[in-house]
Amino acid sequence: DKADPQKTAFLLRKQWTLYSVTPLYGFSTTHLRDYARLLSAFIAAEKQKGLAVEVGVELDIKVAVSSLPDLRGSDQDQAAILIQLSSRSSQKNSEEKLIWSGWFCCVYGNELSENLPEDFTCLPLFLVNGAESYTAIVGSWFQKTFDCYFRRLAISPLNLSWMAAMWTGCKVEKTTSATELIFSVSCLPQPLDISYTIHPEDAKALWDTIQKTPGEVTQEEVDVFMDCLYSHFHRHFKIHLSATSLVKVSTAVASAHCDGIIKFLQSQYLTGVLMLLTELAISQIQ
Amino acid sequence: MQRRQSSKTPRQPLQAHDKNQTDLSAWRKGGRTDPEKSVQNHQSLQDQKNDSKQDSLEQALGYFEKLEHRVSLKKNSVLQEHLTTVESIALQTGLPPEGFDVLLKVALSGKLADAVNTRLLKSLVPASVIPEDAVVYSVSLLCVGKCSDNIQLLFLRWLITMFDFIDHKEQLHALYGFFFSFLQDDKMCPYVCHLLYLLTRKESVKPFRIRRLLDLQAKMGMQSHLQALLSLYKLFCPELVTITLSGKMKTYFKNSEGPWKEAINTVRRRNKGNSPVSQTLFLRTAQPQSRKRKWNAQLFIPASSTNKNSLEEDRGKNHVNLCRTSESLPVEQLQTFSQLLQNIHHLQLPSQMGSVLTNPLLLHYMNCIKDESVYLRLYYWMGQILQEECIWCVADNRYEEEFEDFLETIYKSECFLQEGFSACEEFLYKSLPLWDGSCCQSQILRLVSWIPLNTFSEMKSHLYDPLTQLFLTSSLYFKCSVLESLKELLRNWLNWHLDSESESPVQSLNTTLSGLVNVVADLINFVGLISTAALRLENNNAFLLYFILDFYETVCDMYLKYNLPLLIMLPAGVFYPALLSMDSINLNQLCYIMYRYRSNLVAAKENEQSKKKILQFKFSSQTYQEYNQYITAMVGCLWTSSVFEKDTHPQGLRMDDELLKKTAVREFKSSFNIVYHPAMTAYAIFFLQQACPEDTTLDFNIIKGKRWNWYLEYLYAQGLKGLKVFIESSISRVSKACQSKA
Repeated sequence: DKADPQKTAFLLRKQWTLYSVTPLYGFSTTHLRDYARLLSAFIAAEKQKGLAVEVGVELDIKVAVSSLPDLRGSDQDQAAILIQLSSRSSQKNSEEKLIWSGWFCCVYGNELSENLPEDFTCLPLFLVNGAESYTAIVGSWFQKTFDCYFRRLAISPLNLSWMAAMWTGCKVEKTTSATELIFSVSCLPQPLDISYTIHPEDAKALWDTIQKTPGEVTQEEVDVFMDCLYSHFHRHFKIHLSATSLVKVSTAVASAHCDGIIKFLQSQYLTGVLMLLTELAISQIQ
Repeated sequence: MQRRQSSKTPRQPLQAHDKNQTDLSAWRKGGRTDPEKSVQNHQSLQDQKNDSKQDSLEQALGYFEKLEHRVSLKKNSVLQEHLTTVESIALQTGLPPEGFDVLLKVALSGKLADAVNTRLLKSLVPASVIPEDAVVYSVSLLCVGKCSDNIQLLFLRWLITMFDFIDHKEQLHALYGFFFSFLQDDKMCPYVCHLLYLLTRKESVKPFRIRRLLDLQAKMGMQSHLQALLSLYKLFCPELVTITLSGKMKTYFKNSEGPWKEAINTVRRRNKGNSPVSQTLFLRTAQPQSRKRKWNAQLFIPASSTNKNSLEEDRGKNHVNLCRTSESLPVEQLQTFSQLLQNIHHLQLPSQMGSVLTNPLLLHYMNCIKDESVYLRLYYWMGQILQEECIWCVADNRYEEEFEDFLETIYKSECFLQEGFSACEEFLYKSLPLWDGSCCQSQILRLVSWIPLNTFSEMKSHLYDPLTQLFLTSSLYFKCSVLESLKELLRNWLNWHLDSESESPVQSLNTTLSGLVNVVADLINFVGLISTAALRLENNNAFLLYFILDFYETVCDMYLKYNLPLLIMLPAGVFYPALLSMDSINLNQLCYIMYRYRSNLVAAKENEQSKKKILQFKFSSQTYQEYNQYITAMVGCLWTSSVFEKDTHPQGLRMDDELLKKTAVREFKSSFNIVYHPAMTAYAIFFLQQACPEDTTLDFNIIKGKRWNWYLEYLYAQGLKGLKVFIESSISRVSKACQSKA
């Protein structure tokens, strides 16, 4: 809500792979430049492991570590940290090309940060866009340097249904995209995916009849919402969606896949989505 | 000598398994699987073919291993044959890990002609991995200088090409200095540079090495290989290498893959096709799928502080006031006691706390400093890695052996620290309900014994309930293992109580004495319950009974030995099967346990009466009553032959004479005394044979009066010490009446 839409615009409409990260030990925001330098040396060394390749005097990958001060929930939260890798092509004066980016963030992570000693920095959610090989190198460096642990953050079907309900209820000015739920029937020899698309206004109308108190969502309401969708689908296709598993939710606010991949679409709801994801990351850590 | 050699060789592939690194690509993992297993997948024709191949390779390896004298290739057809076998198998499927040890030794020992050595080296293509030990041994042969220059060069080229196939590189890194010394040899220099290039880490860069390289460069001119190594040094330590290096060089090293490149590709293609890895599983789970091993799935982390060091050195440079850090000494580098004394004020823990598990010195240090951050770092790391690597919680996780080793390591560390890790406790609570009871069985059950004290409600739902289900439905052996582990758990709790008491009279931990008593009582009651059930299920099995009584040996002594104001009698479902047990070991153990119960109860009563200190807890009269009932039954059974009249326990042996007469047993009253008891008849027979060798009728009735006393002495001499202490304490020999003072 606080975040300046312009400053976080680059986070939108990209696929981010989610990780949970245990608290960083000995991390300090005053040393971000040093971290960038060390990380770039580490990347260069990792890339040259094994076979002898050219060692340029100038490193071919530039690392930038910066802080995104607006991106947090409360003042207790640590500001988000952005890491960007860009490649420099051989010709001089040519533009640097962004090849990988990842960011740590924490939105209302009090549950985890409250009881931590001072040496620890609580940034439980890590989002990555780029090749996995770079994720591995950057992750390894952070693990070695700050004694933390990265773990892929999957989103369970239950949490996906929460997202479906919550995001359906959000007001979006231009309702361009439909609400889509993808279900997977995994027990068949050939996996079958069922896509269920609903007009966003219809979905919102349904949700509004279910939600009792605005600004508050209960498990019961989410269940009712999903059950309504299921019975509607059953009436038309005679398929019980409750027997399948929800694997993807796309709405105008964001889209989320059960493998732990997310795409933010509305900057006004960015922190809201991040808050939910922070909560999921914390529950995976604790 | 010979035999030891040969018994060592077959074990080596296993070692290679253990040490296998995680970053090997998928096809190499395929090679890791048991060759016998993967063969099973193929048709029988190929089976035979492979089998015969396997045999001939083994024969060839055996031949090369035993080779003692110089053999000429031309004159020796056996050598020719074996050499061809090795070559053809190597180029088709690659060699198994254990082959490298043998073949490298032969090729570098100078026993054979260079032509043969060359052919051998050229055929050293790995099917999966190359064991590090074999490489280290070869380097030592290289240093001895038994082989010719050409072979040395070929070996270096081989090592460079195969570098990524070596399963472990720690020891190889330790040889960095040796390789560096080879630089003075002009011919070897380019290859040694390349090898050093592969081996160099930041800590290898030393000022004297840079000087040596610069000297060499001054002597030999701008050589691309020297430039390569220098530029790498400069990359790691820009502050040490100040010269400018030309950035134009495109290739530093000549193509050194040499004769092996084609063979590696062939083997790779072949193994990829055959490996079970390619037959991917069709299971779909909510977990993100990754066929590759995760990049951070490293269970055993070597202790290293280099990252932190470099970070802090750099910090020190930029911020002068941070000088505190620059002098600290990593604990894992401690060598001597005097070094410890000199540096005790600025010791530094490794950058990843996970590494303490494999390092006793670090565990010691961690235990001493009692720093909350240290435990937290370990807690987070261990919790995450246990969840992620747990083979029965995560689908598609095939690293069972490694996980087993990891659990074992955690257990050993817990024993070392005499305390459980909270991350491991949480892992057990989360994973026990999903556990099948067989996977990593001994590790899991041993870890259970280090669970810290908790409130009962937690223990019940997290530990007792899942364990009960497995316990009642699993084998006898599993039941015994569970009992053993619960006994250890009880002992650990009691020891912990003893420790905390001696440390401070006031309970510093938030567990109060009454809390402790309740939790211990819950555990004992739980064991009583499952023991009773298990004895019924297993038909009063003697082996099982042994483990149950073993548990109660600790229980009966809690007051005196562990200073815990709690005594719980063993349940009737255990007492009576033990009393009527068919074997003397269990009966003897029961006698001992009853004797210790008596001692503890008497001591408690005395303390209570003398009122030296106000007792917070009193044993309930029910405990005394239960003890008295048991002792009456026991004395009546073993001594006074009156158990059927006098046993008052509701589950006891009291029976009407009428009913007993119907059994048609003649002297039913005495049928469970120390002479007639089924567990004792063997002793009675041996006693009679020794006491009256002339009497062959074996009349037990003559064991009376003086002979009764001799018989007792005989039993004591046979090692029935439990019986001895029981009779001496609980039976008044004068009146021969049951008297329980307690």
